[in-house]
Amino acid sequence: MEVLFMGLREKLELLGVSRRDFLKFCTAVSATLALPPAMAPKVAEALEDDNRPAVIWLEFQSCSGDSESLLRSGRPKAADLVLDVISLDYAEVLMAAAGHQAEQAKHDSMEKNKGKYVLIVEGSIPVEDDGIYCCIAGDTALNQLKKAAAGAAMVIAVGNCASFGGIPAAYPNPTGAKGVADLVSGVPVVNLPGCPMNCDNLTALIVHYLIFGTLPALDNQLRPKFAHGKRIHDNCERRGHFDAGQYVEKWGDEAHRQGWCLYKMGCKGPQTWHNCPTLRWNDGLSWPVMAGHGCVGCSEPGFIDTMSPFYRRLPEVPGFGVESSATSVGLKLVGVATAFFAVHGVVSIIRNRGTVKKVEEEYYEKEEK
Amino acid sequence: MADRIVVDPITRIEGHLRIEAKVENGVITDAWSSSTMFRGIEKILQGRDPRDAWYITQRFCGVCTTVHSIASIRAVENAVGMKVPFNAEMIRNVIMGMQYVQDHVIHFYHLHALDWVDIVSALSADPVKTAALQESISDWKYSSADYFKGIQDRLAAFAKTGRLGPFGNAYWGHPAYKLPPEANLMAASHYLQALEVQKEIIKVHAILGSKNPHPQTFLTGGMSIPCDPNSQNAINADKIAMIMECNKTAREFVEKVYIPDIIAVAPFYLDWAGIGKTSGNYMSYGEFPDGREGHPNNLWLPAGIIKNGDLSTVHPVDHTKITEDVVHSWYEDTGPRHPWEGATDKKYIGPKPPYDYLDVEQKYSFVKSPRYEGAPMEVGPLSRMLVAYASGHKEVQDVVNHVLTTLGVGPEVLFSTLGRTAARAVETLIVARKMESWLMALAANINTGDYAIHDNSKWDPSTWPVQAQGYGWHEAPRGALGHWIVIQNKEIKNYQAVVPSTWNAAPRDDKGVRSPYEEALIGTPIADPEKPLEILRTIHSYDPCLACAVHVYDEKNELKSKVKIL
Ligand code: SF4
Repeated sequence: MEVLFMGLREKLELLGVSRRDFLKFCTAVSATLALPPAMAPKVAEALEDDNRPAVIWLEFQSCSGDSESLLRSGRPKAADLVLDVISLDYAEVLMAAAGHQAEQAKHDSMEKNKGKYVLIVEGSIPVEDDGIYCCIAGDTALNQLKKAAAGAAMVIAVGNCASFGGIPAAYPNPTGAKGVADLVSGVPVVNLPGCPMNCDNLTALIVHYLIFGTLPALDNQLRPKFAHGKRIHDNCERRGHFDAGQYVEKWGDEAHRQGWCLYKMGCKGPQTWHNCPTLRWNDGLSWPVMAGHGCVGCSEPGFIDTMSPFYRRLPEVPGFGVESSATSVGLKLVGVATAFFAVHGVVSIIRNRGTVKKVEEEYYEKEEK
Repeated sequence: MADRIVVDPITRIEGHLRIEAKVENGVITDAWSSSTMFRGIEKILQGRDPRDAWYITQRFCGVCTTVHSIASIRAVENAVGMKVPFNAEMIRNVIMGMQYVQDHVIHFYHLHALDWVDIVSALSADPVKTAALQESISDWKYSSADYFKGIQDRLAAFAKTGRLGPFGNAYWGHPAYKLPPEANLMAASHYLQALEVQKEIIKVHAILGSKNPHPQTFLTGGMSIPCDPNSQNAINADKIAMIMECNKTAREFVEKVYIPDIIAVAPFYLDWAGIGKTSGNYMSYGEFPDGREGHPNNLWLPAGIIKNGDLSTVHPVDHTKITEDVVHSWYEDTGPRHPWEGATDKKYIGPKPPYDYLDVEQKYSFVKSPRYEGAPMEVGPLSRMLVAYASGHKEVQDVVNHVLTTLGVGPEVLFSTLGRTAARAVETLIVARKMESWLMALAANINTGDYAIHDNSKWDPSTWPVQAQGYGWHEAPRGALGHWIVIQNKEIKNYQAVVPSTWNAAPRDDKGVRSPYEEALIGTPIADPEKPLEILRTIHSYDPCLACAVHVYDEKNELKSKVKIL
């Protein structure tokens, strides 16, 4: 019976995870959340209580990349996350039940935890032709989303598709795909974009919610500032080379091998707000620029239309150590995006790729002069 | 319709799949496979830079997260004539090889095992006997009674909270579960271990490609991870050592856990060697270029086709003989077409949601029906292993024969649900053993001073012909995958992908012939129509990946008037 009342830490101890390792994890979460290290004990406390929030994970027009990202979680490990931190009551990729038993499990959890469960959404939602382009258990994604969101404490949109429409919403958006925030009202929505989302950010968000019972500060795209408060370019380890005007010119050239700046190979770091360079991926092992490929801007609204072609360099980011102009370009490009969103709504704005092209061309013309 | 059972969603797969099956006297007599989600990515690709296609098509699927990138870069390389450097080919082999191993491990332990393993039964196991069982099948390090007691306690604590999360409301206690409690406890602990192992070994993709899922390192004409033993920003001795470590972990787990588990569990489920047979056509495009000539030469796993289960002849594969038809798919009828001409307009005439049943006499899926010389083909690990076995592939023959002899059965059992699951394990083993050789070939080549990773001569689209078309094949973990591209004025004019789950999960074709999922379900016993566990077994044995299967583009048209109200 004692086991029943054990907190996460005791259970981890049973499995050979030391107090020290546990606190290390708590400190890592605090760091991701940009909390002072002194908060680590509070993080530990929040994790030790058996107050696992019920989580319903819905997949719509997705590739399951975010579900897979969840399985790569290292801090805490996926098994601990799924067994000890949350109660994952519905998740198509992992759950044992199928068909109407699965739907029943979802229904039961939603009833029992009404107003308290966390709804996680992966994939965009098609709205054209009454939503027939994504049906689960005989009903549309749109209806499924609305029903589930109605009783949720908050909705977390994971990945760019659920956040902003992502790939399915790219021009010409054949199915009328939209992101969650565009379709749900009356419930707080948090976007964790990225393609896929980085699971460490999801863990940090859930832990924040467990500790404070509130959402972290969000930016104007509903992204947590702890994850999206700084541009890739500002934290990039190759920034010194950018400032020194040292660029990769060809794949595999000496500059590429020595880890110089990828700006001329199309890197979108200067206009992308994400913590990839500091958090990194797969237990902090690497991230795109570190492995030699430019950033493609996957955490931004309008991705992929505003970020492609991927290998064309951004306009007007001058080479020789001019911090101010780089910043202004970043702001300018974000400004372009923001102006769009103001006019057309936050998500699915890139209906008309011609407009994007026009804006881009204006920049390129200026660049050429 | 009372005799028709519906499983929707089929869980523990990628994407959205619905199975409807007719059950008579406890046996499935007919079945329909339907995918109910589509995104239109091929349409989204039109007009874009062909060099961006790998990134976009990679998002067909986040589970088999490398495969579309590979097929896509090969299609563009084929179209504009790029020559991939040897280093890049070997890096691709290492990435693809680890995709096979990690994907198969996840599939078996996390997507498929719960069809055979009853977690609840594990609670009543004797940890001492479980330890004895573990020790009898291999010398795996986690084998003490204390260890199993710890796992059991953890599961018990979890169960007592009454909040079972992903294990809630499943088919526990179903009569089709046959394993003794000790085997269930052993398997449950392997489920947890595999969760840890898969995330460790896939670090190979992060080392070589920045992250997983969706590694970001592919380029048409090569790879973007540089090679240089004298730089910390490139593949160097340190990174090679890290990859070796991952390979070692992978190989050890496959040799000491995965394969012994299959051999230990199979005898309890030998009846499944007689269930899940298809028409006997198996196709493989072949994979892993093993020489300096590059893909598609010198493939380590051979390409070929086996017809009607006849292992005495392996037929060559010719891409011009592939067609897709849409008689039962929600698109305008065009007749069977080769992918280069594949142009399809969506035409949803299914029921208006929410619905109980699909109208299976008409169109009933967003998946098209691909055919080779007009015949359905099963693709995947079983097809690959059969083609290799029949072609005289030494490593494959050795492992297959070892498994068959240990179980005391003949090769005919391979044509089944159990055979599909066993073939996947066999393949994982031989690939896990082979990976080191590609890594060593890469290291040896770097050691000669060759650091090339990319064919720069054709990178600039101005070097391309005005009009070009190509195709890229990749034997993905789930089977034969092909991308077809038409390039005009440096932009994508047409793009079509015919993916493994399209071959396997398709609806009937123009002649009413069933595709593999549908065919494999015929004759499956159903103990309890309320809990169709048996359907999951056969469908999961294919490792479905549905978001990949549905990607066909469409033109906007007036649909609302055509929606059929039942
Ligand atoms: S342009 Fe890209 S590679 Fe260069 S410093 Fe900025 S983020 Fe880093």
